[in-house]
Amino acid sequence: MKDELKKRTIKGPDGFEFEVDPLHDYYCDAPPKVHPPVYVKIVEDLFNWARSESIWILGFGTGCGAIEMRPLMTPRFDAYRYGVQWRPTPRQSNLFIISGYLSVKTLKRVIRSYEQMQSPKYVIGLGSCTINGGMYWDSYNTIKKLDEYLPVDLYIAGCMPRPEALLKGFEDLKKIIRAGEGEGANHYAENFDWYKANQKKVINDWDMPDYNW
Amino acid sequence: MMRTLYAELNARFPLGELTVQRDDLAFITVEREHLRALLLHMRDREGFTHLVLLTAVDWIEDGIFQLTYLLSNRDKRCDVGIRVMVTRVDTSMESMHDVWPTAATYQRELYEMFGIDFPGSPGVHDPFILEGWADIPPYRREFDTKKFSEENFTHRAGRETNDPAQYMKKQLYPDGA
Repeated sequence: MKDELKKRTIKGPDGFEFEVDPLHDYYCDAPPKVHPPVYVKIVEDLFNWARSESIWILGFGTGCGAIEMRPLMTPRFDAYRYGVQWRPTPRQSNLFIISGYLSVKTLKRVIRSYEQMQSPKYVIGLGSCTINGGMYWDSYNTIKKLDEYLPVDLYIAGCMPRPEALLKGFEDLKKIIRAGEGEGANHYAENFDWYKANQKKVINDWDMPDYNW
Repeated sequence: MMRTLYAELNARFPLGELTVQRDDLAFITVEREHLRALLLHMRDREGFTHLVLLTAVDWIEDGIFQLTYLLSNRDKRCDVGIRVMVTRVDTSMESMHDVWPTAATYQRELYEMFGIDFPGSPGVHDPFILEGWADIPPYRREFDTKKFSEENFTHRAGRETNDPAQYMKKQLYPDGA
């Protein structure tokens, strides 16, 4: 574990000494909760329509697929006309695009970012690397099957998929959300132990709480 | 130009073989005890002021690591790679961070990826890219990356590998003609 995460005594600028346990003080370690749909179906449908029309993407590029985002957000393909936009922080976004190969080191940051996102949240796996490893299938530090570690709503195949394929993927994701099937966050909460076991199997220096939001 | 430089250097240092790759790129092999003197001479006298990179090659059959210090001369627009051989048994090497401070970063990477130690280099034992790596260093050739990947990462069923020539033959001539 890193030194800055260890429990220690700190002397403040006023000379007052206090104890800090970063893993306990700086993180919330309560497990995620399942959010049930509202009782009236028509209201839930309205919510789902609203969710599907405001897909906000976390601006986190994990691999080479992140380069496809730039033409998407600029005037040539202009994803903003579909209500899709990019946000700088996990707190404001509800769609996480894993854009390409995902190394174990990045997976750790991805898990932290994903858990900090607000529910309901969706994950798209972009490119063949997230599906079965792609060209990194025998790499020593790249995971091969993304849905072992995060609940994936949709895969977009290709190496790399063109921006048009991503636009089609957004349309498909909207259909999934409107049908009430975009339940990745609830699935994550229900199978939390299974996901954590898989994550800890590949991440050797696990130095964060089990769930940090 | 490279041959005249080599002849001049050879008068001062006992050098190994010279490989001229291009007009502006050559490689010189040197024994490790003359490395520091040669690098200082190249930097201060010959104008090779820039360390472009420091990298290693694992010659597992010969039992050696080959370190390459690639130096660049901005004025003459030419590069020279200085090659040093280190045995794979005693993988310890003199640190060059005081000649070029950037060497410390390369040495940190080499320690993590090849297990070549550079005693005295600042932060050489800090984790660089891999976090919590417990296996043998992954760029060593005895490390089986495919086996490691199969043991550690879940495999998705349905992936096939075909020999392109055989596969296309079967596609184009299904009756075997």
